[in-house]
Amino acid sequence: MTDVITRAAEQTETPPPAPTKGGAKDRWVRRAPLLPALIFAIIVTQVPFLVTIYLSTLGWNALRPGQRHFVGIDNYVTVLTDSRLRAALANTVILTAGAVIFSMILGLALAVLLDRKFLGRSVVRTMLITPFLVMPIAAALLWKHAIYNPAYGLINGIFGGSTDWVSSYPKAAVIATLVWQWTPFMMLILLAGLQSQSEDILEAARVDGASGWRIFTSMTLPHLRQYLELGALLGSIYLVNTFDAVFTITQGGPGSQTTNLPYEIYLTTFRKFEYGEASAAGVIVVLLTIIVATFALRVISSLFRMEESR
Amino acid sequence: MNSVWGIVAWIAGIIFVFPVIWMVLTSFKQEQDAASNPPTWAFTPTLDQYAQVFDRNITPFLLNSLMASIFSTLLVVVLATPAAYALSLRPVAKWTDALFFFISTKMMPAVAALLPVYLLVKQLGMLDNVWTMVILYTSMNLPLAVWMMRSFLLEVPREVLEAGEVDGASLITSIRKIILPIVSPGLAATALICFIFAWNEFFLAVNLTATNAGTAPIFLVGFISSEGLFLARLCAAATLVSLPVLIAGWVAQNKLVRGLSMGAVK
Repeated sequence: MTDVITRAAEQTETPPPAPTKGGAKDRWVRRAPLLPALIFAIIVTQVPFLVTIYLSTLGWNALRPGQRHFVGIDNYVTVLTDSRLRAALANTVILTAGAVIFSMILGLALAVLLDRKFLGRSVVRTMLITPFLVMPIAAALLWKHAIYNPAYGLINGIFGGSTDWVSSYPKAAVIATLVWQWTPFMMLILLAGLQSQSEDILEAARVDGASGWRIFTSMTLPHLRQYLELGALLGSIYLVNTFDAVFTITQGGPGSQTTNLPYEIYLTTFRKFEYGEASAAGVIVVLLTIIVATFALRVISSLFRMEESR
Repeated sequence: MNSVWGIVAWIAGIIFVFPVIWMVLTSFKQEQDAASNPPTWAFTPTLDQYAQVFDRNITPFLLNSLMASIFSTLLVVVLATPAAYALSLRPVAKWTDALFFFISTKMMPAVAALLPVYLLVKQLGMLDNVWTMVILYTSMNLPLAVWMMRSFLLEVPREVLEAGEVDGASLITSIRKIILPIVSPGLAATALICFIFAWNEFFLAVNLTATNAGTAPIFLVGFISSEGLFLARLCAAATLVSLPVLIAGWVAQNKLVRGLSMGAVK
């Protein structure tokens, strides 16, 4: 049916051979090419987390040098009882979910349009992926100054009025920018899903007199399910780390209305220099990520197993 | 019917690309035309803004970005390709575990590692150093490259490899004669995607670099705060720094989806 996930159809008859039970030497020969990358990844990504855990037990403000002492779980108590972090957590969920959901809906609509044949289809596709290729920080600056600006921004310039879009609708302003950048990503994944549908089955359904809408809801959408899941998953992984757009468009404001976790930890680290608290917040973020990631990995791994078994 | 939907698609495409077109148009305007309300559509194009951007010394920032992106991409490819081989064609015993370890490092938010990385880098005297960024961008792109390269390596037909082994071809020969010709387009696509992500990276760069190793995104931000707002000049700088990735992305657009989905979708 689909030949798009993980490997092409012709390989499905020959899954990778189960590693033979060779001697110790053979096992090391197999491992050797993997080791440099594995060791590199462990050192650069895991060691900092261990250090973070250690730092999170210290009372340490870099503005007061010499006063570094063990405080146990005090930082965690401070951070967890601090309403700012909870607000940041809520904002992270709203910004990520908002951006993922809207870019998914738009991406699906655009993918359906692009799945048809029409004059200049490849030109339209190139136009549609362009927002994703603009440097994110450049995109954020462009939207803030050239589009949202109340005095000479494009929106007020075209539609009139003098709304200050960023301070009136800060969350929506950030989400709209993210949606503009991420819709192409969703579109590409869903388009790949649409194009892997079997044309014969669709044709058969049409011959049987099924309407276009009915074919879409009862055949195309179920077929797209795994692609929708994959898009939502990857989109969330990338977007939960959103920093550029918040940093540029709203600086977390007004107040802390758009301060998400990355931005909050950034402020704690480099504006307040509360190293201990920032580390505790970092550890909490990692724990939350592990919860989400366990779920995410289960989705990926089920996609993966399905492919293995085909 | 098809032509109606074609027109709708064209309109959607134009709407989506319009902010980019507006950015490029504005970059060729004089400041008073750029900051006008209603927007100026007809104007005499000028290269003044680009000249100004170069006067503000964008070149070292572009060179830093180029170095960080190219060297990290090379290092990623050198590390990821053998690893992907050991996870696909001649798999190690626990290859799924290793594969999922790599992707889990991608899920960890960079912000949680920022402080220890910052302190460590500071301790080593490597703050504001391009090579620090090379190392960090390598680790950022490694999972993506391993997954992507693995999906390309799995396209090498096993029969051909086995036939080669029967004929007594050495590992080097089969890599050079069989594997490389098949995966080299994939290798190029992987490299392009890693280049794109490294070039666009802002969070680590803004916290770990300053004047010496500042990359192109840092130039853009510094440019705003030091100059106040000059919209046309900002657009010229934004166009300039986005251009390499726009070109790379247009060239690689058929492989883009595969890279972004870490090889899951072809």
